[in-house]
Amino acid sequence: MVPILEVDNLTKKFSLHGKKEFYGVDHVSFSLYKGEILGLVGESGSGKSTIARLITRLTDATEGTIELDGVDITHCRGKAQRELYKKIQMVFQTPVGSFDPRKTLGNGIGESLKNQGMPAEEIRRKVVSLLTECGLSEDFADRYPHEVSGGQCQRAAIARSLACDPQLIILDEATSALDVTVQKQVMELLKKLHDEKNLSYLFICHNLALVQQFCDRVLVLCDGKIMESGTPDQIIGNPQAEYTKKLINAVFI
Amino acid sequence: MTQEITVRAKKVKKDHVKARLIVLSILVGILLLAAIFARQICPYDPYAQDLSISMQPPGPGHIMGTDEFGRDMFSRVLIGGRTSILSTLALVLIISIFGTFIGVLCGTFGGFLDSLVMRIADFFLAFPGLVFAMAVAALFSGGIINAVIALALISWPKYSRVARSQTLANMENSYIKAARLSGDNSAQLIFRHILPNILGPVLVTAMLDIGTMMMELAGLSFLNLGAQPPVAEWGNMMSTGRSMLQIYPWIVMSPGIAIFITVSLFNLLGDTVRDYMDPKNSHSR
Repeated sequence: MVPILEVDNLTKKFSLHGKKEFYGVDHVSFSLYKGEILGLVGESGSGKSTIARLITRLTDATEGTIELDGVDITHCRGKAQRELYKKIQMVFQTPVGSFDPRKTLGNGIGESLKNQGMPAEEIRRKVVSLLTECGLSEDFADRYPHEVSGGQCQRAAIARSLACDPQLIILDEATSALDVTVQKQVMELLKKLHDEKNLSYLFICHNLALVQQFCDRVLVLCDGKIMESGTPDQIIGNPQAEYTKKLINAVFI
Repeated sequence: MTQEITVRAKKVKKDHVKARLIVLSILVGILLLAAIFARQICPYDPYAQDLSISMQPPGPGHIMGTDEFGRDMFSRVLIGGRTSILSTLALVLIISIFGTFIGVLCGTFGGFLDSLVMRIADFFLAFPGLVFAMAVAALFSGGIINAVIALALISWPKYSRVARSQTLANMENSYIKAARLSGDNSAQLIFRHILPNILGPVLVTAMLDIGTMMMELAGLSFLNLGAQPPVAEWGNMMSTGRSMLQIYPWIVMSPGIAIFITVSLFNLLGDTVRDYMDPKNSHSR
């Protein structure tokens, strides 16, 4: 298998009040293979979202490298950074908050296409087809984020992430803000898109049950370090690290 | 049921605010029209002297009386309003655009630029504004344009503060990250997403600032640091009339009442715009 994303020794240091330093992400290494769904679990503050922000270049790494398709993207800026976003996309935790409150959903979905210089009619057509693909009708393109439900908004966010035909989508707690039934529908949509388009997912989540159903492989993160990795059945059925046991016990009480 | 009542109460309140907004906008509109077309509507030449009719009390011919040179006070108040209102609006426009621009840049990029600019802003905010403006205006040696420049120099930090804090609050939202991931560069991020989202609070600050700025501009003119005689301006008209306050009160009263009404109207409008923009007031957002 070919790794699409290779993270090596990735480290992010934060400083508290300019004095005390701590590791948000502590020398983390992993690879993500083409077509794989890699789960990233861990409690709040374990560095899951920081890893997502590092990979998407929304924050700078202190140490280590990130390679996408063999190209080092750890410190890319400007044009190279914008090129990167044609390959990596992200779906955020807060569906409604991830759309500009003053712009329509269609506007948000089509923004990346607009930035690539696509003419307006073509953008519209593409936006509608993306919405259809994600199970929303055409008129959602003209609605504002506060006019739709969380689940619908998250579908629109998934449509947005697909606009540039990316290879890797980072799902940063993409279903945490949704109730269970909607969560299931969105997961099914993600699964369907994954199978159709041969996408790779980095699935950041704290819901172990979801991870078990959805992921090919799981990394357990604690205090910025990877505690353990393996298939979901290994991790959940036979956890090795002390922290993983604690995490599982906390769920199955 | 209770929810319905709350919604209805909110709607009533919102309609009330809307009505207030319309009425005040019309009044301010009339004021602006009077200022813009002052030359066309003033009944006498505001600068024509006729010593034979000097110091006439308000009466049928001259509804606000005449001053020590026999100039018609009503015409002078109108022309003075043109100077006062238009230069105040120009001032507020300049500082709100400049201050917002600086604030948005600081909020978006942060870092060294942010610290530097905000320390400069602190420096200006720590100074008693009018005193500083007096010093600057005196340095520039009078004139309404110089007074506007002096006030602009000391007043922009307010807008930078508002714009910066609003920008920072918006930067926390994930739609900013989403916009970045859509390939927006910084300019696109600012013009498409940040500016439209912070415009409300900036507009409210500007509306509430018009009254204050008008007072300060009139204050500078009153101290002979703004508009210079014979140019009619409310501040310097009051200044010339001051020595005659007890014998010929209308010379001070006319521009004084004009300032009072204008500043009150702009302040009321500012308050109403703030209420109107308050998200707690809107039932369907």
